Amino acid sequence: MSEPILRTHELTKRFGGLVAVDKVSLELHVGEVHAVIGPNGAGKSTLTNLLSGDLPPTSGTVQFENRDIAGLPSDRISRLGVGRSYQKTNIFLPFTVFENCRLAAQSRAPRAWRVWRGAGVFGDTNRQAEAAMEAAGLAHRRERVAATLSHGEQRQLEIAMCLATQPRLLLLDEPLAGMGPHESHRMVDLIRKLSEGHAIMLIEHDMDAVFAVAHKLTVMVNGEVIESGTPETVRASPAVQLAYLGGEDNLHG
Amino acid sequence: MDLAFFLIQLLNGLQYGLLLFLVASGLTLVFGIMGIINLVHGSFYMLGAYLAWSLAGLTGSLAAAIAVGIPLTVLFGMALEWLLIRRLYERDHLFQVLLTYGLILVFEEMRSILWGDDVHGLPVPALLNVSIPLTETLSYPVYRLFISGVCLLLAFGLYLLIQKTRLGMMIRAGASNRDMVQSLGINIKLIYTLVFAIGVALAAFAGMINAPLSSVFPNMGGQVLIICFVVVVIGGIGSVKGAMAASLMIGLADTFGQVLVPEVAGMIVYLLMAVVLVWRPAGLFGKA
Amino acid sequence: MTPARTRLFALLACALLLALFPLFGGTFYVQLIAKVMILAIFAMSLDLLIGYTGLVSFGHAAYFGLAGYALALLGPKYEAASLWWSLPAAMAVCALFALVTGLLVLRTKGIFFIMVTLAFAQMLYFVFHDTKLGGGSDGIYIYNKPELKIGDFALANLDKIEHFYYFVLILMLAVYLLLRRVLGSTFGRALVGIKVNEHRMQALGFPVFRYKLASYVLAGALGGLSGYLAAVQFGFVNPEILSWHKSGQVMMMVILGGMGTLYGPVLGAFAFVLLQETFSNQAWFGSLAKHWQLAMGGFVVLVALYLPRGLAGLIERKAQPAVEEEEKPKEKP
Repeated sequence: MSEPILRTHELTKRFGGLVAVDKVSLELHVGEVHAVIGPNGAGKSTLTNLLSGDLPPTSGTVQFENRDIAGLPSDRISRLGVGRSYQKTNIFLPFTVFENCRLAAQSRAPRAWRVWRGAGVFGDTNRQAEAAMEAAGLAHRRERVAATLSHGEQRQLEIAMCLATQPRLLLLDEPLAGMGPHESHRMVDLIRKLSEGHAIMLIEHDMDAVFAVAHKLTVMVNGEVIESGTPETVRASPAVQLAYLGGEDNLHG
Repeated sequence: MDLAFFLIQLLNGLQYGLLLFLVASGLTLVFGIMGIINLVHGSFYMLGAYLAWSLAGLTGSLAAAIAVGIPLTVLFGMALEWLLIRRLYERDHLFQVLLTYGLILVFEEMRSILWGDDVHGLPVPALLNVSIPLTETLSYPVYRLFISGVCLLLAFGLYLLIQKTRLGMMIRAGASNRDMVQSLGINIKLIYTLVFAIGVALAAFAGMINAPLSSVFPNMGGQVLIICFVVVVIGGIGSVKGAMAASLMIGLADTFGQVLVPEVAGMIVYLLMAVVLVWRPAGLFGKA
Repeated sequence: MTPARTRLFALLACALLLALFPLFGGTFYVQLIAKVMILAIFAMSLDLLIGYTGLVSFGHAAYFGLAGYALALLGPKYEAASLWWSLPAAMAVCALFALVTGLLVLRTKGIFFIMVTLAFAQMLYFVFHDTKLGGGSDGIYIYNKPELKIGDFALANLDKIEHFYYFVLILMLAVYLLLRRVLGSTFGRALVGIKVNEHRMQALGFPVFRYKLASYVLAGALGGLSGYLAAVQFGFVNPEILSWHKSGQVMMMVILGGMGTLYGPVLGAFAFVLLQETFSNQAWFGSLAKHWQLAMGGFVVLVALYLPRGLAGLIERKAQPAVEEEEKPKEKP
């Protein structure tokens, strides 16, 4: 198997007495969708925040492309090649779809500090933004103000902005949250397509979607990993059955 | 500096700090619980001082002036909250600054129209107008000790109110989760009005009891306001404990600064603030 | 006509009007308009922070005052300073002060930021008020206006109010065009992104702190430019030019005119001074005229409540409908 693009070792986050993420070790590979599932409060979003730099870990390591990134600020981690989307839509509402993507792409431009030339003249940045819109299926909404998009389209924009930063690893935090079945379907297709060139960590509650795209699953409960492996092993795992049957969620629901 | 002199400065510093606490605690509560930056808070201090001066002139006693003045200021605070401040809760801080800045101008000019622009003195109440001799030449005025004592009592009362009463519980809950409190059927609007009025009363009271020492003069509110901002920054937004610690720090730093390095005394509190900011950007007791 | 062309025409018309004004305005009014244009530069520099970077600074008077003191203290006492070095020097002092304080204040957010910027400006106030450095509370006179010479040839004589007026007008237009340019650049777009959603900008890989610091320093330097000009016009500096009321007034101008529009603060400066002159007009307000701040304060309250987008918002209301008014498409089933 190929070298993992990201590897955590006993990654831990404590908030006071609460252990939100407890010694989590996992590996992400390019070409793979690695889904992290678990009941609410299992620590999945906190895990994402630790990987993206939104929160510093209490202990443990995060290796991205053989470089320790634990505790780096989020902008550094982003520039190294880790893109993330947010569970709660986190976009620039007053800007157009294109400007949202252009701004995202601009963060990669080598001369983003230019204070004199107009922002529109940077061809590479514009092309990256266009490509990201195209990939996320938003090209036809180019000039729409983000605030006026439907919820599903805002979720797509969330992914498009992520893509415009040209990441090698994508951290997707509940990309399907609040979507109708039709939109969900499109998003699943998109994730599947993206997995070819990227490593993807997917946090999702929609189990049909998870089992449709994930190559690997990690199940978290109370901050701990209780099972990790292929969809088949996870589905068959007694520990997972117990955790899910005992909780509110259901593996098929 | 000999011991007696040192003791006097120490007591002065503590007294100034405790007085600042009265003003700053209301400010920090309004910040912390209602999320409002309230520039007009200093005007309440000024209002208190001028009320004390004019009511003491009418009644002949500071105590009577306070007894009449405090209910007036509480009503005033509630009316102000109900009329204007309430409209700011969901607004950007920028507009809170702008509106309350406008109110400062209004109150300052009202003061000028009603009471004029002269400096007025107010006698220390006769009963308390005595001094405790420390050495042959130095003595300490009882009235200052009295102010410190009253401030301490009020601080303790505030502590009991916040930690031990049902209202205090609601205030604390309101600070941490507005929606939750609302959904429990607690009238958050009423709590906000009360908190604001408590803040107004504390600031006005501070202005009243300090009037015999500081005298009564134009723009006295602005000075206090800015120092109280520094108190809140050092102590941490919303933290009454922090306001106490920071008030005492500033009271002592300023008092000793005036004596030891009078040239740069005005800057000392700001330097103190800068140091705290480097060390703890959210203040001593603030949540990072 | 496209909005860009409308704006260009409006700009040219206003510039022309201002350029022609000294031909028929009396000296008093030429002085007054020069003062207003200086305030307009001051307000534009604050708008860079409030309207474009989302930094609500309540201590902007620090730069206005600091530049004036820099001119008074760095220049020779009994002869004229050369503008060629004294203006850049004054702006550099302001930029440096912004850089040093910016490293501290930009670590804070929201209400904290407002209070801390105010406190640092106040610290500067006490530096000049309490120490002998700047003449204490009396301030310092600047006996000679700076010279604007190439070799021995005087480009302009700033003692003459008309010359000074045109000098200020040119600088105001230059600042407007400079900021337009900067805000249209990738840097400017990033600033607006930070204003709208700082967290996401950071997550997208922008070193947000450095962008904010750059904006803070630029605003400080331009604020310094206006303070320098004001010191030249009035010929003295005292601690009042650093007072927090000055910071409050300029914030008022920015919001009254319309933050985040650049031309708004210019309108705001004109409107503010117009109101000030109106409310303090003895013929109209009699004995209340000396209490003009009462009416001004009430007006500020009304603007905060009912005119959040300022005069620019009134102008643009018809030109472009607000986002909220657009129909939000229904979610697909």
